[in-house]
Amino acid sequence: MAAEPARTEATAVDTIRLVVNGEPKELKLDPRQSILDVLRESLNLTGTKKGCNQGACGACTILVDGKRIVSCLTLASMHDGADVQTIEGLEKDGELHPLQAAFVRHEGLQCGFCTSGQIMSGIGCIAEGHAGSPEEIQFWMSGNICRCGAYPGIVAAVADAVGRS
Amino acid sequence: MFPFTLEKTASTEAAIAAGSSGARYIAGGTTLIDLMRDEVERPERLVDINRLPLGGIRFEGEDLVIGALARMAEVAADADVQRLQPLIAESLIEGASPQLRNMASMGGNLLQRVRCPYFRMLDAGCNKRTPGSGCAAIEGLNAGHAILGTSDHCVATHPSDVAVALVALDATLRVQGPQGERSFPVEELFRLPGDTPHLEHTLLPGELIVEIRVPGGPHARRARYLKVRDRASYEFALVSAAAALDIGDGVIRAARIAAGGVGTRPWRLRACEAALVGRKPDRQAFEEAAQLATKGVRPLHHNAFKVALLPRTIVRALEMAGEVA
Repeated sequence: MAAEPARTEATAVDTIRLVVNGEPKELKLDPRQSILDVLRESLNLTGTKKGCNQGACGACTILVDGKRIVSCLTLASMHDGADVQTIEGLEKDGELHPLQAAFVRHEGLQCGFCTSGQIMSGIGCIAEGHAGSPEEIQFWMSGNICRCGAYPGIVAAVADAVGRS
Repeated sequence: MFPFTLEKTASTEAAIAAGSSGARYIAGGTTLIDLMRDEVERPERLVDINRLPLGGIRFEGEDLVIGALARMAEVAADADVQRLQPLIAESLIEGASPQLRNMASMGGNLLQRVRCPYFRMLDAGCNKRTPGSGCAAIEGLNAGHAILGTSDHCVATHPSDVAVALVALDATLRVQGPQGERSFPVEELFRLPGDTPHLEHTLLPGELIVEIRVPGGPHARRARYLKVRDRASYEFALVSAAAALDIGDGVIRAARIAAGGVGTRPWRLRACEAALVGRKPDRQAFEEAAQLATKGVRPLHHNAFKVALLPRTIVRALEMAGEVA
């Protein structure tokens, strides 16, 4: 590899507000921090996973203002005032979200590393109206990679949760 | 990632002033942040343009007008776009993933940088990343690279799908810069690499894409996008083709064809189009026209399959367009 280039410490600090799983947060951030890094390192919400950190795997999928995005490829400082939903916010009063329950029922996982991203993406897929058939679910869930190959269970879980999530 | 400052503004004029004095525009960020993390891009200043009033989709007469900050997903999901400009919707849905389409802006899509792996490898030669350092792809792994418009300095393809559709449909850009506004065809945004592959587009310093205009017409509804790739979705094109046909009285009155995955920029195929005018829309006419697509190809070690795949992809795209009711 090329010689490690010299880096300086962060020169700027941004203060931003986010609502994370319904809780308002005020954060002082280095502008380089992705939403993913803020969730995991500043807020200790480690349910959202860092897979590739380059937008290719979908493990870091969350909902921002209701839309599914990959949280590794966006700067937290660009989302002042946004509503962020992560896997930690899905369970309500001790009850799993219907899609979480469907993943358990259909064994939509093996190792589990991609699962929180799959579930957040599945919520987006259903909300967008793209879960009408197994083929449609496969296409519209293709931004989430499962290296264990648990795809049949994932597709079955998303199909099962349509209308209940 | 190198440190940078992030400026925010809701004023187009203020953003352009920042852009003119060296700041880089950032919208969705799906290309730029990735490349900054790899230290391929090292901007010292970013200006966040997401609050500028440049979003939205509207029709003016038959023309579709897309704000530069409209997201790919939003444009693809628009019922009027699907009905009146199906090629735009289809090419958008064939690109990236649902998450990335929710993030990426239309203007940024056009300015996304190449996916050549050597562009991202700081220890490999890349004239686009480091002018004069050579091109590792020419003697390297180049199955995904271009066969048209290449030079001895760069063989990377332009990765956008919707850009192929926009070039086929004679779309134009409206850009705003420190000297005011101007409009020009989307096709003219993209430079051929020549001996300056680090210069990718024709925007002047500080110029910002504000709008994309797609003219309508009888061809626009009979239009399809076919993308051939290693996976069924969420993969870049090996070869793609956008085809639009205006058919009347059983003959082709006009055709629009462009290809992706084969050129160093979205590749309009005017010779193929001209060969179809006045012909019946049948397999023989499509095959004869598609053969003209490979004039001047320069295949590399691993991508000669594209020379055969390109005309076949065009034929199928034309058949798909011809079957639109």
